[in-house]
Amino acid sequence: METTKINPKNLSEKPLTMKDFKTDVHIDWCPGCGDFGITASVQQALAELKFAPWRVTMVSGVGCSSKTPHFIKTYGIHSLHGRTLAFALGAKMANPEIEVVAVGGDGDGYGIGAAHFVHAGRRNVDLAYIVYNNEVYGLTKGQASPTLKRGEKPKSLPLPNVMDGVNPLALALSSGYTFIARSYAFAGAHLKETIKRAILHRGMALVDVLQPCPTYNDLHTKEWFAQMVESHGQQKPRCFDIEKEGYDSRVKDASNEEEVLSKKKQAFEMAYYRGEQVPIGVFYQIDLPTYYDRIAVNAPILNQYTPVTLPTQDPSGKPTSNLSSALASYLV
Amino acid sequence: MKKTVNDLSWMIGGPQGTGVDSSATLFARACVTGGLWVFGKREYHSNIIGEHSYFQIRVSSKQVGSHLDPVHLLATFEDSTARIHAHEVVPDGALLYDPTVTHPENLNLPKGVLLVPLDYAEVLRQVAAETGESFSKLVIMKNTISVAASFALLDFDISVLEKGLAGIFTGRKAKLVPMNMAVAKKAYSFVKRDSIDKFPYRLEQIHGVPQRLVMTGTTAVAVGKLKAGCRFQTYYPITPASDESVYLEGLPEHGMLVMQCEDEISSVEQAIAASIMGVRASTSTSGPGFSLMAEGIGWAGMNEVPLVVFNYQRGGPATGLPTRHEQGELFFAIHFAHGEFPRIVIAPADHEEYFYDSFEAFNYADRYQTPVVVLTDKNIGNNTQSFLPFDESKLRIDRGRVATKEDMSRYSIDGMYKRFAFTEAGISPRTFPGMQDGIFWMTGDEHNELGNIDESAANRVPMHEKRMKKLEIAAREIPEKDQIRFYGDASADLTLMSWGSPKGAILDALPKLKKAGINANFLLVHLLWPFPAEAVTRILKKAKKIVDIEMNYSGQLASLVRRETGIQVHHKILKWNGRPISETEIVEGVLQVAKKNEAKVVLTAGM
Repeated sequence: METTKINPKNLSEKPLTMKDFKTDVHIDWCPGCGDFGITASVQQALAELKFAPWRVTMVSGVGCSSKTPHFIKTYGIHSLHGRTLAFALGAKMANPEIEVVAVGGDGDGYGIGAAHFVHAGRRNVDLAYIVYNNEVYGLTKGQASPTLKRGEKPKSLPLPNVMDGVNPLALALSSGYTFIARSYAFAGAHLKETIKRAILHRGMALVDVLQPCPTYNDLHTKEWFAQMVESHGQQKPRCFDIEKEGYDSRVKDASNEEEVLSKKKQAFEMAYYRGEQVPIGVFYQIDLPTYYDRIAVNAPILNQYTPVTLPTQDPSGKPTSNLSSALASYLV
Repeated sequence: MKKTVNDLSWMIGGPQGTGVDSSATLFARACVTGGLWVFGKREYHSNIIGEHSYFQIRVSSKQVGSHLDPVHLLATFEDSTARIHAHEVVPDGALLYDPTVTHPENLNLPKGVLLVPLDYAEVLRQVAAETGESFSKLVIMKNTISVAASFALLDFDISVLEKGLAGIFTGRKAKLVPMNMAVAKKAYSFVKRDSIDKFPYRLEQIHGVPQRLVMTGTTAVAVGKLKAGCRFQTYYPITPASDESVYLEGLPEHGMLVMQCEDEISSVEQAIAASIMGVRASTSTSGPGFSLMAEGIGWAGMNEVPLVVFNYQRGGPATGLPTRHEQGELFFAIHFAHGEFPRIVIAPADHEEYFYDSFEAFNYADRYQTPVVVLTDKNIGNNTQSFLPFDESKLRIDRGRVATKEDMSRYSIDGMYKRFAFTEAGISPRTFPGMQDGIFWMTGDEHNELGNIDESAANRVPMHEKRMKKLEIAAREIPEKDQIRFYGDASADLTLMSWGSPKGAILDALPKLKKAGINANFLLVHLLWPFPAEAVTRILKKAKKIVDIEMNYSGQLASLVRRETGIQVHHKILKWNGRPISETEIVEGVLQVAKKNEAKVVLTAGM
């Protein structure tokens, strides 16, 4: 079970449906784009978790998928290319009571934003980060993204890719993410449930969502993902849910180094799964203090207030911060 | 012999990591304890241990805001400082040195300099023998010896040293005071009466002077941010800016979140996001980091996010002179990042202004909902000054336009809110995530009133204009006293013009120039953007001869004045060797312009 952490302030009084999270902003994605599936799953997840829309902030970077916040009726910050997590982290730390959900593409998160991706893991900020991973930079006409494997040539590339692909799950594992999952854009219930689990997880959660780019990626298409493939002499679906096959991602006792190591090894091996099948599900999960928890140890006042609620002035605007102890050592 | 009292330039130097800063801090605090005023200039390399660093303390009976080039007393405890700085000592000055390591005959000392040998090890041996403390434990107190022997030579009351030590060693360290005093007294006794009599410089206590603050510019900024209610500070380590953030990290009781980020890109964006949530947020950096922040600050301008960015200028370009001083970023600050967006740029010019501007910058940011860049520099940032305590009584926090009930009913539709509403006043009232019926979007793309992407020509024109017009509002509302500052007699023969930290040296030089027969006034441009063209024009139109003084190669302020007012400045005093301008240099430079009508004087003092 996920650690439940929903702030009661964030719950809607009336029942919600997906519709409550829809806007009438024109959606300009290509027909058949995986972004539709992911966005619908996010909307469904938010409705099922009963979040009041105004208590949620969606943060994104730049790219096709980063337009998502405009289509979801919550506060939305469509930031700069690669800066999804920097913005999300600043928002969440300033007001930890708000549900912050970060979304963006694989180029945005694992390419130009790779530094933020790594350091978000080190901090274990309480965020859900959903990456739309289609192996290409769609909005700029299909150049290779950081997840495209070496030697592969989608139709948008003039020559095969000469760089190795990054493994996002393994990168998240070594960076300190405390919830690491993979799903597929049209996996419906699986994707929605995984997003819900990521939001409920208290800490830095990654959901890497594989998705087709119908315009530029002719290698990993909707049909490719839907194929039956051979595995151990049997015909099996391309995407298989590892948790249905008995995979247990959760570290039961975070203080048990042996267990942590063995769960990490298991997750790493699963991230590099070999074969025609693609594993989806939660790969690794552990409960550790969040960044805010750690900072509040040194600044206990942040347990009582958050940065946005700290009193700093009286009604007349007179600042209430008392500098006398800070200035005492400089007063001669 | 005629004695010069309370007007002195003292220098101490040594390899980095050997206590040069501690000696200087002790010297400065002890002087202030004695009712005197100080300005301390710190020079160091981009290095942890070993390279030469030095600290110069100017002492005066009045408030001072600059250093002097000549050194009256050079205090050394090892060999390199004497070798490097001997030539800076004035002929009637003195060299305090350890004869076991320094041999004055090998130095480039001016004739007449008084030699004051002091065997540091012998001082410590005697104290060890008398107190029973181990010699090795005392070695660290050699800094105290330098200061005590200097005070002995200056015939300064040793009691101020005890108070100075008590101010530095507080709390658990207080127990170190008696042993330091034992060392100080011994050092005092080592300086011969004969040397004291021959030395023409004296420090004398002034009684009845109120308590003063002695601090660096980075600390003044930090406490200004606390006072302003800034509770979200981000940074990536960089010299000299990170002193400010690290100091704030040590004050968790205020609840300020200080975030050490993975780079300056993250720093600026975390601060922007925090500001969107409703907390006052800021980031502090220096040149290279400021360059990295450009894109993010542009986004904040596009989305009308209040943001305060401090850029402590240092020598550029690239890594440049990372621990040295320059004012090379005026043009960069008013033009950085792609596209057009409103930004407010202010340049505080001394330690007190660092505090007050640090406070006021957040009011500007909230009022005009846009980035405010505070152009600070290494000179004030790292250097120390004594000044009267801040007057906090008049400070008021203004969070600008936050949505009222009427705004909510006017600009909210179906739970969504027109964050970028066109209003009569030109500023849109803000909501914050978490507020019911306040939902908005932000995007780097051009957007409509709700914040959704809108590339239409019909929207672009008014939306871009709405943002840019905030500059006109700011220019109209910011009082003139915060746009420019003017010192001296309006009908003076010369008008000196500058921005930022040369202020101290210029103000210190004005009375000296007067004595030399030059009647000069001084225009300090404080608001750099929007440029206060009206006020500057009014003053410069009356000027008989304008002299631009800046710490850069090209005279950026002079160019900006020409561009914004049409007034051409024919005389420039410029410096770009990485060492701040001294009072001495201002006097000499201005005399050159006044007497020889020089168009360009290049200053080069400092090691």
